[in-house]
Amino acid sequence: MITVGIDVGSLSTKVVVLNQDRIMAHEVRSTGVDAKKASQEAMDTVLNKAGISFQDVESIVCTGAGKKKVPFEAQQATEVMCDARGGCHLYPKANGLIDIGGENCRAIKCDAKGNVIDFALNDKCASGTGIFLDAMAKALRVNPEEMGELSLQSTQDIEVTSMCSVFAESEVVSMIHRRTPKNDILRGIHKSIASRIYGLANRILLEGELIVLGGIAKNIGLIATLKELMASDLIVPDEPEIVGALGAALLAREREE
Amino acid sequence: MITAGVDVGSLTGKTVILKDNEILGWSLISTGPDSSETAKEAMDIALKEAGVSFDDMDFIVSTGYGRIVVPFSDKNITEITCHAKGAHWFFPSVHLILDMGGQDCKAIRCDEKGKVTNFAMNDKCAAGAGRSMEIMADLLDTPLNEMGGLSLDIKEKLAPLSSTCVVFARTEVLGYLHEGAHRNDVLAGACEALADRVSTLLKRVGIEGDFVISGGIAKNEGVVKRVEEKVGLKANICFEPQIVGALGAACFARELLEKKGKKKKR
Repeated sequence: MITVGIDVGSLSTKVVVLNQDRIMAHEVRSTGVDAKKASQEAMDTVLNKAGISFQDVESIVCTGAGKKKVPFEAQQATEVMCDARGGCHLYPKANGLIDIGGENCRAIKCDAKGNVIDFALNDKCASGTGIFLDAMAKALRVNPEEMGELSLQSTQDIEVTSMCSVFAESEVVSMIHRRTPKNDILRGIHKSIASRIYGLANRILLEGELIVLGGIAKNIGLIATLKELMASDLIVPDEPEIVGALGAALLAREREE
Repeated sequence: MITAGVDVGSLTGKTVILKDNEILGWSLISTGPDSSETAKEAMDIALKEAGVSFDDMDFIVSTGYGRIVVPFSDKNITEITCHAKGAHWFFPSVHLILDMGGQDCKAIRCDEKGKVTNFAMNDKCAAGAGRSMEIMADLLDTPLNEMGGLSLDIKEKLAPLSSTCVVFARTEVLGYLHEGAHRNDVLAGACEALADRVSTLLKRVGIEGDFVISGGIAKNEGVVKRVEEKVGLKANICFEPQIVGALGAACFARELLEKKGKKKKR
């Protein structure tokens, strides 16, 4: 059975094509201002990659902030449910997940089958989310993909005290003016995000083996600071941003069966 | 007796010079990277306007975010205390003050003498501070001082923007502009969001009594009108709402001098 999961996030749209348990193809692209267009394009591309046509797809489940804007017939599922399903499919032994998205952050506790036991969400404030890191990368004029690597070369401990992204940006700019080394500022930024995420995970007493999801999970600097704070084992999948879409595709299959 | 109050804020520096109980001169400038330089500059401009020299200053009180680094200050006093004092000077019947600054916002209750009895403050989040208006003005390519007026001339009432995060509100604005929304309607949503946020701060200290708005945002009639509607009180605003804190500091300088009776030598 071929199913598709599509995760229309605030910053990027992810699609996974699943044939039983095997991922046939996946696609990640920027959502931009038109979620409808982005999801249609992502769908066309992924079907092309998988070498199948739209008629071959038996069921579609969509998730993410823009799930209602998908232009084709599909069922919906919550992001929390899809994350848990996708994560536990990859790592059945995991006790929970941390999903650092573009505009929100989630801590999820789940069982071995990927059923959600509890979760905590920050969707009110940009601090501790991907858009915060993007703003900081811009202020420091570094490529977001290099942030992690650079921060690991930090030699002194710096604290970014502002919680608000807007104020943190001013704080970082004044650090740049004082000629604080870029690598140290980057590590300070990662520490500030990590402490927000840690707080969220603590609200639901999340511990044990945890999977870190979302594009931000590729940032090795952030993962390193998170590890310093949390007593848990953190696992980062090879493609951390598509786990929610994978969960959606798995749910599509389950619902069809 | 000549006293001065210097208020070094996050975005602006202000000085007020008092002769007894009369304003001799005042200044308002942007804060530079060096707060003590800003204080000096604001002082020089106010001195020039007042037509007095620095040596004539009998006592100087500093306040604001940068109050500790003012090199020539004789005492520093927190901005909340000074704002209540200054608001009371302008409007003696005041009991409730909303000071909307660049990086923070304060709701203050005071007694009939202008002494603080309670306050609530947001200095953690830009969504409840003047900074949000700057970001929106920039995004919508509108001069900051025209925002308020334009926001009252709307075609269609949109849902208010996110009042919890400026970063999210920025994404919402881009979405609206993409859909072809009218600029004034979006500006209205931005003013509404800030008004929402600051009125919850006012509720925390209790909404009653004569009401004063000070700080830069007092000049934004779009925000002021919406706050008035939400709290059901008419706001009193003085001729220059940004100097209220500095004026309060100058009043304290006078009182301290009267109590000690000793002028500071320059």
